[in-house]
Amino acid sequence: MTNKAIAAACAVALTAFLGSAQAKTLVYCSEGSPENFNPMISYTGTSFDAQRPIYSQLTGFEYGGTAVVANLAEKWDVSPDGLTFTFHLRKNVKFHSSKTFKPTRNFNADDVIFSFERQWKKENAYFKVSGGGYDYFTDMDMPKLLKSLDKVDDYTVRFVLTEPNAPFVANLAMDFASIQSKEYADALLKAGKPELIDQEPIGTGPFEFVQYVKDANIRYKRFDAYFGAKAKIDTLVYSINKDPAVRVAKLKANECQVAFGPRPADLPSLKADKNINVLAQSGLNIGYIGMNTKKKPFDDVRVRKAMTMVIDQKAILEAVYQGSGQAAKNLIPPTLWSYNDKVPAYKMDIEGAKKLLAEAGYPNGFETDLWAMPVQRPYNPDAKRIAELVQADLSKVGVKAKIVSFEWGDYRKRVQAGEHQMAQLGWTGDNGDPDNFFVPLAACSSKNTAQWCDKEFDDLVSKAVKTTNVAERTKLYMQAQDVMNKQSPYFFIAHSVVYLPMRNTVTGFKQSPFGAHRFDVADVK
Amino acid sequence: MLRFLLRRIALIIPTFIGVTFLAFLLIHLVPGDPIEARVGEHGISEERLAELRHEFGYDQPLWKQFIDYEVQVLKGDFGVSVVTREPVWKEFATLFPATIELSIAAILFAAIIGLPMGVIAAVKRGSAFDYGLMGMSVTGASMPIFWWGLMMILIFSVTLGITPVSGRISDAFFVEPWSGFMVIDCRWSEDEGACASAWSHLVLPMVVLGTIPLAIIARMTRSSMLEVLNEDYVRTARAKGLSTPRVIIVHALRNALIPVVTVIGLSVSGLLGGAILTETIFSWPGVGHWLVESIARRDYPVLQTGTLLIAVLVIGVNLGVDLLYGLLNPRIRR
Repeated sequence: MTNKAIAAACAVALTAFLGSAQAKTLVYCSEGSPENFNPMISYTGTSFDAQRPIYSQLTGFEYGGTAVVANLAEKWDVSPDGLTFTFHLRKNVKFHSSKTFKPTRNFNADDVIFSFERQWKKENAYFKVSGGGYDYFTDMDMPKLLKSLDKVDDYTVRFVLTEPNAPFVANLAMDFASIQSKEYADALLKAGKPELIDQEPIGTGPFEFVQYVKDANIRYKRFDAYFGAKAKIDTLVYSINKDPAVRVAKLKANECQVAFGPRPADLPSLKADKNINVLAQSGLNIGYIGMNTKKKPFDDVRVRKAMTMVIDQKAILEAVYQGSGQAAKNLIPPTLWSYNDKVPAYKMDIEGAKKLLAEAGYPNGFETDLWAMPVQRPYNPDAKRIAELVQADLSKVGVKAKIVSFEWGDYRKRVQAGEHQMAQLGWTGDNGDPDNFFVPLAACSSKNTAQWCDKEFDDLVSKAVKTTNVAERTKLYMQAQDVMNKQSPYFFIAHSVVYLPMRNTVTGFKQSPFGAHRFDVADVK
Repeated sequence: MLRFLLRRIALIIPTFIGVTFLAFLLIHLVPGDPIEARVGEHGISEERLAELRHEFGYDQPLWKQFIDYEVQVLKGDFGVSVVTREPVWKEFATLFPATIELSIAAILFAAIIGLPMGVIAAVKRGSAFDYGLMGMSVTGASMPIFWWGLMMILIFSVTLGITPVSGRISDAFFVEPWSGFMVIDCRWSEDEGACASAWSHLVLPMVVLGTIPLAIIARMTRSSMLEVLNEDYVRTARAKGLSTPRVIIVHALRNALIPVVTVIGLSVSGLLGGAILTETIFSWPGVGHWLVESIARRDYPVLQTGTLLIAVLVIGVNLGVDLLYGLLNPRIRR
């Protein structure tokens, strides 16, 4: 080896050493393994969290909020009839590269068309790849909503809808609407390994995928050619730990700097630790008890009102949510725009309730069933315990409630079919649009838990979804909440509060109302 | 010997069918199916549900599903995970080395500590050491793994900060999997200290998983030694004027070891059961952890094949022990 070569080798080694000395790593203790690395075919928050560093979408959500902002699309126009959405794409956006793939071109309209057609058109070569279940695409009604999608030029795409739909732009910011590389897809198809697109992902996001050790960890590195603000950390690691007690222990030992979902019991010790900050935010969700308005006695609004006057909401929050719940009075959480704070909170009034029941013809109460889900949900930590508390409350006005439960899949189906009288259920928001709560949970077109169909309410929400003016929509949704309060098809229990403990060396991190975790803006000291 | 071998192998076939049948039946007795387990409040359309059920064959009657599964397994096809859509065999092969690494470490730990402890207790029979040791061994054998693991984490990782909390290696190190054994693969990592980290991560799970076998080995060695120490040939050895260590190690221990080795071999199945709990507590990415996750997701192919492969392993080890015993003790060959 010549002296020059030795000097060069030393220089490389030194740079590598200095580089590694300054390299910033953030470890996030996550709660589980992702199903794959493609949000189009995923259905759990755990998977979306693991895919989020890699991909970008046409639109995005502002960091820490629900407002829709530009992302891969710089701007968009909506036609006056609300049917045509034209997106102007950002130029010079680079895709990641891997050991097997080096992109030869920048992101363009072909990638957008591919990413949507894969989920939409049966004739697309990728439609059936990795099982071909595009749950979110279907859940957000995209197959019904989309009429056509065209490439206008390399940097312009046009979506035409079958009916006006204001939340459409927000839908495109959701994880399922992530953009994959058509060039990569074509190369994999040629190589005969199309399924690798969902396992060795290539995206345009702030981090490149490095390695996934099954059930152990996922490793990403900063993508220096990212089109947006570059991430502040060099390496991002998701350390997979199913047990919440272990996640807390790792956080305390500084083996990870941010930890997912602690148990309520661990919160006091976390809050007392001066090296740890605990962030809290009410989640974009609602847990409720639906009263079947198609069945006696809940077809009478007086009976439904009486129920809301005897259930002790405060006791439920204290005993079951233990500080991780916020009392609810509306269908939508207060973090969502158009929340109507003028709606009165529930007030206990046993005598008033007895009077209402007597007026409705039930002076001695009645018998009812009261359904409780068999599983823990983000908005309801223990449905059976809540059912027991409510059962005791109802007995005060002579109502005898029988607690009923089924296996989860069966439970959901039976509730949708309206077999119950009173049933607990809930919802977690998808796109930060009030429509995403009001329509699936209370519109006549939905199989809602209260089997409720109110013309006045329905007119308001269907008018709102066709209006693009936000101020106008806000007004309509506010009115809809008043109608709902008067009719009381539901008893709203709580919006859960999501806690996220992190080391105080982590800066710039904001919780997302969607419960999503994003580390491109965070830094570690 | 050949007849003995054939008879033992013939016995495996009904065991094998029984295990696959039980695994199949038990999983299908749990309410819910993999398709419904994954659906949230959005629900799933009837068409999509039917399509997925058909794809995985869940629309068939149970007996037909079982026969199809057996035929599939005999052809060497272990199915595809409902959740990740990866071949189950591939997932098992990636995760299994972690379980093996942990199990080997645990059994070595148990043998290295347990054998001398048992010998000393036998030699100093009735002493404070003997009583103390046997008391500890009863405690060790009856310790619930879950509680024991969390206590160890609380004491050594959280309070004292000596050992890492969980995982196989610190997340700061980048290791390319080659053999699947972290303590070997770490040697090729470019990051300095990777091996030290891998070993330090192995300590707590090894101790937790090794505690019960340790207690059993110590007790077994003690009683086996006590028996042997009263034998005539030991007395002869002493009478010849041999030194005490030589009598104990060469003459007594060698003979006392035979039942102990059998116990070690047989504890492999217990070890795999314990590994499921230990892996869950320490987020150790092995097959135990994987199976527990799959129960919640009702991932039938993973549960059936995972159980089957572990059963095959246990049957294999038991067969090995039987054959070894047959070799050592000709009387049982008949």
